Amino acid sequence: MDLSSAFASAFSLIFSGDPQFLQIVGLSLRVTLSAVLLAALIGLPLGALLAVVRFPGRSAVIVLANGLMGLPPVVAGLMVFLLLSRSGPLGPLGWLFSPAAMIMAQTLLVLPIVIALTRGAIEEMWGEYREHLTSLGLTGWRAIPTLLWDGRFVLATGLLAGFGRASAEVGAVLIVGGNIAGHTRTMTTAITLETSKGDLPLALGLGLVLIALTLAINAAAFGASRVGARFAG
Amino acid sequence: MRDSVSILPLAVEGLSFMADGKRLLDDVSFTLPRGGVTAIIGPNGAGKSLTLRLCHGLLAPGAGTISWQAGTGLRRHAMVLQRPVMLRRSARANIAHALHALAIPDAARRADAALTRFGLAALADRPARLLSGGEQQRLAIARAWAQAPELLFLDEPSSHLDPGATRQIEEMIAAMAAEGMTILMTTHDLGQARRLAQRVLFFNRGRLVEDAPADSFFTGPASPEAQAFIAGDLLW
Repeated sequence: MDLSSAFASAFSLIFSGDPQFLQIVGLSLRVTLSAVLLAALIGLPLGALLAVVRFPGRSAVIVLANGLMGLPPVVAGLMVFLLLSRSGPLGPLGWLFSPAAMIMAQTLLVLPIVIALTRGAIEEMWGEYREHLTSLGLTGWRAIPTLLWDGRFVLATGLLAGFGRASAEVGAVLIVGGNIAGHTRTMTTAITLETSKGDLPLALGLGLVLIALTLAINAAAFGASRVGARFAG
Repeated sequence: MRDSVSILPLAVEGLSFMADGKRLLDDVSFTLPRGGVTAIIGPNGAGKSLTLRLCHGLLAPGAGTISWQAGTGLRRHAMVLQRPVMLRRSARANIAHALHALAIPDAARRADAALTRFGLAALADRPARLLSGGEQQRLAIARAWAQAPELLFLDEPSSHLDPGATRQIEEMIAAMAAEGMTILMTTHDLGQARRLAQRVLFFNRGRLVEDAPADSFFTGPASPEAQAFIAGDLLW
């Protein structure tokens, strides 16, 4: 099959509403959005707390979070695999090779990004806000709701960066999900498989959707910072 | 003003503060009774702003005591910082946020009342950080006024403003004082101290050098440092 006809079939696949294709895109979005949501729920308050409290070993935690931003997806996948495998500590959950396991692995990938970017943004803002908030009795954890709300546009950019990382990775979801058709097959694992099988239209179609998604994320991040600038000056 | 028991007079005893081995404030004592405008004046580095921060509780004193008539733990004094912090919200939300933080009820209505009181109602929905310097300063004062403090600390309230904006700020200060709010402010502007204050605390090099009624201070300062300062000499 030549390249131009592969592209043609890929486009017709995208716009045909093929159920298998839609199922793959839908699962990818579900897994990645769930992971980003979980990472936000844990990472935003934790990153903000790290920015405003001082405790021994704080620098080490910051270095760790920064370092884990570059955690290789296959290693994250391996860690979650060991946790969820039959003999692992979370084995009884029976999550291995399920979307739940994939969400867990991607949360592990996104969490350091959210914590590190939140910590950096909030610490800068805290430097500016500290005296005013102290004057209002908002010190320590009590300052966090104010700081998170006022940092909403910067933090949205951080969450989008996490979304970008999770939606593009293949290693972690492949290891803990197993790329089971109709069950744990995502855009990235499907592309890997279909390319090696030679089914280029499906791989290309999914690839185009992934690229469109990446562009949309960047547009959203750009929009968030523009709206933020209008409010923040 | 919210309560019948006053936190004033404020008694400051032997207040000292050290930083990096330097004594920035040295054995400062004064009492602040209810009412009136008291101006802390003096050259840069005299400890003016530091004294306000210590009294308001933003910093912990190295030595000495700050005691309130009605005991501690009551947040009935507010402070406007030299560079007011504007939250990334609307002008109205900036005031409402402060009231929420202090658990003052009816925040939305009080915020609007404060904006109206100082002629800022038209700016209510504008992002606070995009207001002009003078508007931000007026908003910061309105925000502190909305907290209905008994004592208001103002740190150089018009140091970076043009004469027009400075006059508006001074009108606000005079109006609040006329309502019975006690005001302790720092200023490097001798004219401003003359226009607003009934009492002057003159600081130099971390020490309270002179504590006098404003008219006698400006007509005949007792200490040589204050004489030199008023005459426009540079202090060592």
